[in-house]
Amino acid sequence: MQRWPVVLFLAWVCFLFFAGIGLFMSGFLLTRIELASSSSCSDPLVPPPWERQSLPPGSCWAPQRFSKAVLVIIDALHFEFARFDPAKTSPLPYENKLGVLHQLATAQPRHARLYRFRADPPTATMQRIKGLTTGSLPTFIDVGSNFASYAIQEDNLLAQLVQNGRRVVFMGDDTWEGLFPKKFFRSYFFPSFNVKDLHTVDDGILQHLYPTVDSGEWDVLIAHFLGVDHCGHKHGPDHPEMAKKLTQMNEMLRSLVDHLGNDTLLLVAGDHGMTETGDHGGDSEKEVNAALFVYSRTPLFGSGPPEEPETIPQVNLVPTVALLLGVPIPYSNIGEVMADMFAGDGDTVSAALQQLSVYHINAKQVDRFLQSYSLVAQDLPAEQLQHLQELFSSAVEEHTQLLTQVQGTMVPPELEPRLGSLISRFQHYLREARAVCTQSWARFHPPRMVGGCILIASSCLLCYMASELAMSSQSFCHSCLLYPLFWGPVGAAVLWLVHVFTQEGLDLLLVSSWAAAVSQLGFFWHWWAWLGLAFPMGILFFRCGAMFSDSFVVAEARVTPFLLASLVMLLVGKLHWDGRLTVPEGPKQQLLGFSSYRREIWYLLCLVAMLLVCVRLSSFFHQCREEIPQCRPSVFLSPLASLRNTRAKNLFYLLCVALLAGLVYAVQSWLRHYGNLNSSGPLVLFVRWGFPLVVLCIACYWAVASSADDSLGKLQELVQVAVVVFPRAVYGLASVGLLLLLCNPMTVFAKDTRESAGSIVTPYLGVPGSEVDFLHVIPQIYKRMQESQKSWLERGSCRATIAAYGLGSVYSAALVIALTLLGFLLMLLHSERLSFAFLLLFVEAFVLLHIHTLTLIALIPVGEPFSVPWYAVISWLLAASQFFYSTGHQPIFPAIHWNAAFVGFHLDHNTNLLPAVLVGANTFASHILFAVGCPLLLLWPFVCEMSNSQRKKLKKESREELQEVEEHMMEMRLRESPEEFSTALLRLGLKYLFVLGAQLLACVCAAMILRRHLMVWKVFAPKFLFESLGFVVSSICLLLGISLVMRVDCAVSSWFSQLQLR
Amino acid sequence: MREAEVRRLLGANLLRALAVILSALLPPFLLDGFSLLGTHLTWICVCSLCVATLNIVLHLVLKPNQSPKRRSFAHKISRFLKCCIYFFMSCILFHAIIVLYGAPLIELVTETFLFAVLLSTFTTLQCLCLLGPNIQAWIRVFSKNGAMSIWESSLQITSMCSILGAWFGAFPIPLDWDRPWQVWPISCSLGATFGYMAGLIIAPLWIHWNRKQLTYKSR
Repeated sequence: MQRWPVVLFLAWVCFLFFAGIGLFMSGFLLTRIELASSSSCSDPLVPPPWERQSLPPGSCWAPQRFSKAVLVIIDALHFEFARFDPAKTSPLPYENKLGVLHQLATAQPRHARLYRFRADPPTATMQRIKGLTTGSLPTFIDVGSNFASYAIQEDNLLAQLVQNGRRVVFMGDDTWEGLFPKKFFRSYFFPSFNVKDLHTVDDGILQHLYPTVDSGEWDVLIAHFLGVDHCGHKHGPDHPEMAKKLTQMNEMLRSLVDHLGNDTLLLVAGDHGMTETGDHGGDSEKEVNAALFVYSRTPLFGSGPPEEPETIPQVNLVPTVALLLGVPIPYSNIGEVMADMFAGDGDTVSAALQQLSVYHINAKQVDRFLQSYSLVAQDLPAEQLQHLQELFSSAVEEHTQLLTQVQGTMVPPELEPRLGSLISRFQHYLREARAVCTQSWARFHPPRMVGGCILIASSCLLCYMASELAMSSQSFCHSCLLYPLFWGPVGAAVLWLVHVFTQEGLDLLLVSSWAAAVSQLGFFWHWWAWLGLAFPMGILFFRCGAMFSDSFVVAEARVTPFLLASLVMLLVGKLHWDGRLTVPEGPKQQLLGFSSYRREIWYLLCLVAMLLVCVRLSSFFHQCREEIPQCRPSVFLSPLASLRNTRAKNLFYLLCVALLAGLVYAVQSWLRHYGNLNSSGPLVLFVRWGFPLVVLCIACYWAVASSADDSLGKLQELVQVAVVVFPRAVYGLASVGLLLLLCNPMTVFAKDTRESAGSIVTPYLGVPGSEVDFLHVIPQIYKRMQESQKSWLERGSCRATIAAYGLGSVYSAALVIALTLLGFLLMLLHSERLSFAFLLLFVEAFVLLHIHTLTLIALIPVGEPFSVPWYAVISWLLAASQFFYSTGHQPIFPAIHWNAAFVGFHLDHNTNLLPAVLVGANTFASHILFAVGCPLLLLWPFVCEMSNSQRKKLKKESREELQEVEEHMMEMRLRESPEEFSTALLRLGLKYLFVLGAQLLACVCAAMILRRHLMVWKVFAPKFLFESLGFVVSSICLLLGISLVMRVDCAVSSWFSQLQLR
Repeated sequence: MREAEVRRLLGANLLRALAVILSALLPPFLLDGFSLLGTHLTWICVCSLCVATLNIVLHLVLKPNQSPKRRSFAHKISRFLKCCIYFFMSCILFHAIIVLYGAPLIELVTETFLFAVLLSTFTTLQCLCLLGPNIQAWIRVFSKNGAMSIWESSLQITSMCSILGAWFGAFPIPLDWDRPWQVWPISCSLGATFGYMAGLIIAPLWIHWNRKQLTYKSR
């Protein structure tokens, strides 16, 4: 097989998988259907006639109560931040800081009130802004588009305000710019993406806020502060910086209140809360629990505040503000008006009448929305809609009945309780409607989902078949046909017997499907037994089965290491059971009944122990999920800058840098050992000098980044520059290195001591003279040269030679260099102390390769050298997913390391591509490294050939030298049979894709089958998204890795042809 | 293959299974507040003790591998001490392996160690009784054609079933069912026990069914 077909075939298989993923995703992650209609003043939502005449000018559906409003959104204003408890003596940094809210609420109980503001998940800022303006529930898929906000198409509060001639002024978070393009009368946008920047947005708003308020050229003013949210992301809520930020907000509110006029409504709202670590995005209690504060200079509420602040859903703000400002409620709103703000200053009866009228308008609007929505989409269950319709019409009927008995605002006293009950009926209707919508706005497209599933499954099957094609043999038919035919009737008979004994009716379909299942089992049983696959496939089966249980997905960080350890232990156990570890029994042992181990067993056991220790140690780097409340996130996840203890900080810093240096040293000495460091080519020079330079840059960056923010004083500006320059230097150096690797991947040093005279026509090979040379340098050369050397030896003269240093490991050397460079890049993107996890990753991969080599070469000499067994591929992939967790990730959105987008980029990004790549590389670091390193599984046994034969040589000195040279072929064995080499690479890639695809298939099926599960949006859907993204990243990196090997192969070919020419 | 020996093996294995069952059923009458799940550590101790005693008694009574030579008393003592050391070392080894598999490192050390003791009782102790402190013989027994008598075949099957049971016992731990038996190490020790009992039942049956194929090499 040629080189290109291999890569093309693999790419085609990847494409099949991608298509399946895409098809499934389009069916699984649909957005809610957005209605294009919008409300207008002239809508036939007729208010009662007596009220209609009394509508003041500028009012639409209900009388306008405020002509102006100020909406202050403090991002991530958790309810606990806004609550003030005077009894608390030693408040935490985030407690009791917003004193002004408390003072207003206690001094003027009818003017001000604090609410618990329940955000709907997902609690990402863009979704919350959508919810706060449309009054609807944004769906899951929108989370993905958080980087680039798209304009809101639905009817919303801002559109209504603009439509009715209000001047809306905005200042703050520039997410609004994308959502509401050209809607604002005047706007001051500030970049929102840099979460490390606490002050730009807030200071910018404060600069414009008071002048704007005083100028009076506005009707609605929206100010979106981001400092609190960014402070939470950077430091967490429990930090002195948060106290500073909240105090600043307090001062802002205090002076803002003084600037307000009598006709102005002030709303202070948090769009979502934050977790203990300052993150948000999910639906945990802390994330959805925000605060809302309402204040006006004129009395607003009919009665004093309740004991415990009321809890209201976030969408309720939309109809309330719309009606208070006298504009129509947005078309798709499903929120409910906040009745106590419509009480006015009249008596209870007139208050009740007013509330009744707004409820009536609200209910009619929701009913209209539900009706037109059900015309467009069928996802709301019909019987529930019917039920809602009944609720609505009966309430409306009673309402009209009641109104006929009411004259003006005079209500007969016997009707007063009926007023109250009617209000609660409207309330009941609105809440039911909201519940129905919440429940079913995860709409699926089953045919597409099934289609995607089938496509992925068939691609998996294709991978498997194609990778096993070479293994077909005579006994295939026997085990494929005979056993299933035998087992099918047996299964049917068993079921029939069971039915006879239990006296139950016999269903033909059941019997036949049972027979089919059993015969298939028989097929797989015999086939697998024949292939000796049962045990690695069993582990893969458990791994895939675990995707179907939310508990196992939550606990996957512990499940994967468990399975990896089991796989390796089983491998050793199986080797022992088959007697591969013991020396073949001689007569002496047979006599005693004992068996003794080979020498390699101790090496193998040490490796297994090392692997287990690595696996166990890697569990110290786990991030936590909220589902496991007793879990504490690893201390290594936080950046060094957050450490307060200076000594510990310095110590960790030194350790990290030493680790980097150690890694460089290890890689260099490995290359030197195999003779790949002798050449003077640009790549080798880069390995010699570029690697230490990269490490130096990373060390400098870490030093600058981990130093305290304020301690440097005047050097601040220099630090700002350094924080950007050093990572960019690393990016530059690494890309130079990768380019060099692509241009000239040969790390071979040819020492040509041939006589230049034309007397010797064909080149030939000998061994270098000194013993040291022999130990550290491997002379390699083509077979033809050996043949000619034979004749030379027979003549028994001259020592002239071509010594090609490092030819035997030229493929692996290129891969190792690429992996090291990638490792540096990925370490740079992670927080400093996670480099320990990367060290474990490299060690574990090294150990896995050695175990694989040992079992393949030393212990099973009959094994095919060109085929990588399944257990190796599966353990490689298990290690990849294990280190996904051990580099501090979890398949949930709040656990994404967003900070990675700012490594080397201090200012805001212009495009979304670069931050997406950086964050993606951070998240899938282990997938990238293991996928690129995948061809090593094929190459390593050849590389390690030397050390084994060397050991043999030490034992048996008498061996002929020539044979020794033949054994030192190493990776050139691969070159000798290019056909088999290509096929082996193809099969390895297909096996890798099969195992990846099986995991993906399990995730996809789990998401499809459990799509109505309680945990689907919290566990299965994020898991599916992460797994499919991981698949895409892995497969692309696998292609890159295999192409790199091919590139080296091309270079080796041209090198040989050059050698021939000389 | 003598049928009588298989019958003896079946009897011995049934006795062992009975001992395990009794270790769960009897103590509530003797000890206050004993329950399998509530005072699980006590049960592990009781169960290990019962099985260990029974194994030793059975070994002395049945003498499955009579050695022709008569040994001196001092030799027997040293052999016994060696056995004790081996048993202790196997407990430590099991403990280490369990921790490497993901058991907590510092917390719950007692629980983990007692579980290791239980596993050692089900596996190592039987080896010690049958084969003595002879690693080479152990290695030989646990390979494909290594068993030389039905007792050794039974040893193979029961040990593997115990370890497999313990492995499967770890599966329910992450589930969110909030059952009392999901607490570490209850599910694993129960799994090991059920695996052991299953092995005890399976071994004679398997040997009976495969008696044609089983041609043990004579010494």
